[in-house]
Amino acid sequence: MHETQYKLVKCTINGKPVQKMVDVRASLTDMLRNDFSLNSVKKGCEVGECGACNVLIDGECFNSCIYLAIWADGKNIRTLEGLLGPNGELSDIQQAFVDEAAVQCGFCTPGFIMTAVEILESGKEYTRDELRKLLSGHLCRCTGYENILNAVEKTMLRRLGKLHD
Amino acid sequence: MYDIKALYEAESVQHACALLLAHPEAKVLAGGSDVLIQIREGKLAGATLVSIYGLDELRGVAMEADGTIRIGALTSFSHITRSPVIEEHIAVLGEAVDMVGGPQIRNIGTIGGNTCNGVTSADSGSTLVAYDAVVELTGALGVRRVPIRDFYIKAGKVDLRPGEIETAILIPKECYEGYKGHYIKYAMRNAMDIATCGCSANVKLSGDKKTILSARLAYGVAGPVPMRAPSAEAAANGMPVCAETVDAFAKAALQDVNPRTSWRATKEFRLHLVEELARRALTEAVRKSGGEL
Repeated sequence: MHETQYKLVKCTINGKPVQKMVDVRASLTDMLRNDFSLNSVKKGCEVGECGACNVLIDGECFNSCIYLAIWADGKNIRTLEGLLGPNGELSDIQQAFVDEAAVQCGFCTPGFIMTAVEILESGKEYTRDELRKLLSGHLCRCTGYENILNAVEKTMLRRLGKLHD
Repeated sequence: MYDIKALYEAESVQHACALLLAHPEAKVLAGGSDVLIQIREGKLAGATLVSIYGLDELRGVAMEADGTIRIGALTSFSHITRSPVIEEHIAVLGEAVDMVGGPQIRNIGTIGGNTCNGVTSADSGSTLVAYDAVVELTGALGVRRVPIRDFYIKAGKVDLRPGEIETAILIPKECYEGYKGHYIKYAMRNAMDIATCGCSANVKLSGDKKTILSARLAYGVAGPVPMRAPSAEAAANGMPVCAETVDAFAKAALQDVNPRTSWRATKEFRLHLVEELARRALTEAVRKSGGEL
């Protein structure tokens, strides 16, 4: 049996600078769940197909299951937990998923919402077809995709001041 | 946890080469969207890895002084698509790599990984072959430049020598100047799928847009590696821009390819795609070049 290799990883998670000794064999999903209890990061397919483990790294979406924990060194990582307000209030995009019935079992939801955050923070207006493509790295087996698209589209239009309700 | 025996992180290109020479059994880990999945599947379980993911000097698209487009081997698909240099000079490459997997895969997957794994279905492969791209390989002894057509040896095998890594893809000016191209990926799904057949065509038209000065055509999944279709090109070069030329071009492509039956599609269906995709890709490339059909 060979010796286990470790590496010290220093990064920012949801705005907080942290450091942790990680096993070089760990995925970022392993690190976020086991070392930081960020359980919104789901273990789904674990081969980068379903998007349930999606997180933002330096502003771009990555499936954390196929991203090594050691690569997180020096990076700025954001998970769904980072969207909550100081007293646990839901952000607008999370509330939109509730309002549009875009959540059933909830397993795909954190991944979808983090991709939606990247879309929303671009400040751009996308067509429905463009949103479909941007969200195509996620699988949902419950509600289907229409309500999810509605939630993302409405939040986008609200933030752009183009939807008043 | 991944089933990894040992993992070494390269701190520079030369360090990566030294690590690969010191650990000849090691696999190079770039973005990991192929290698890590093969570890999960068991195919590469227990592998020794040399990670080059941290080598930021291998990221980015640049225009060199002589007009060569230089794409760092670790540039992600999404960064290629968003590059203004790519958009202006070889937009078809940006469009082709925008069809790989899904958005998250396009953020992690690299053009170096896409070419070095030697897979025929790679969405970048056919366009790079169609544009006569050059692969830059760096080893302990120096730098080699290999035309991508020679770089592909057979399915899953490329011309990478021990201790070498791919450091860039180069597209010389004469290979892209004046050309407009179009890529078609035929797959069952629009996202998270692998091409049943991929077809990349590009053309340079005469000033009056009536004659095809040069046409180039390449395929993925029409043979064991991405390949050019020289008979099709010969049937179109110097010919007038018209439906008959496009038809002759598409039919001639059948002489150049060698698709097989796999669980994704039969050989016969792939042959049908070879002809039909050539027709559509050339038509679109001509249209993008300002020609009328």
